[in-house]
Amino acid sequence: MRVLYFAWLRQRAGIGEEEVSPPAEVTDVGGLMRWLAARSAGHASAFADPAQVRCAVNQEFCGPDHPVSAGDEVAFFPPVTGG
Amino acid sequence: MTVEPTIRVQEASFDLAGETAALSAGRTDVGGIASFVGLCRADDGLQALILEHYPGMTERAIAGIAAQAAARWPLTGCTVIHRVGRILPGEGIVLVLAASRHRTAALEACAFLIDWLKTGAPFWKREEFADGAERWVASRQEDEARAKGWG
Repeated sequence: MRVLYFAWLRQRAGIGEEEVSPPAEVTDVGGLMRWLAARSAGHASAFADPAQVRCAVNQEFCGPDHPVSAGDEVAFFPPVTGG
Repeated sequence: MTVEPTIRVQEASFDLAGETAALSAGRTDVGGIASFVGLCRADDGLQALILEHYPGMTERAIAGIAAQAAARWPLTGCTVIHRVGRILPGEGIVLVLAASRHRTAALEACAFLIDWLKTGAPFWKREEFADGAERWVASRQEDEARAKGWG
């Protein structure tokens, strides 16, 4: 599974992209966030306020209940501010 | 009518006149072209905006928004150009053009496109100030409300 971080989540996590193999118990975005948060102090900081974290699975916006599985591209980022 | 939108995500600046002319070049069925140009303001001593995006998803998200606009209004064409990278005060950030036979469709589609670009495409703005400080721009509730207001 490929995980991407953008904006301040990237800065806090200290990484823009990583390959991860979460355990079978991780089945959705919310579960993946909790599992990733335990990887390092930077990850913990990135996910410290879940209400400020948005997600996309395979480049489609989705919520914390969206399923994730091996081979997915999962991105985490703050609310968007383009335009 | 099938509309092939022009969508570009680029570091370079854009040319409003050239892009506008392209929407009616060689045809006589276009009755009006509405435009929106978003510019970088120098609020609070801002020196530059840094625009980050999610390559791949960005183009896909904009194409989805443009397809919705084309399904909703009888457009003859539309253009969305969004810059990324370092943008200085006074420079353009985003260009939206909507062309149609009649003004109402063009104006409404243009407003719809920029409202949805604000909340539905993966861009993030970071502000750099003269004193070296920097901060990420926070999303605004009213932008979210405006986009949702289109139903």
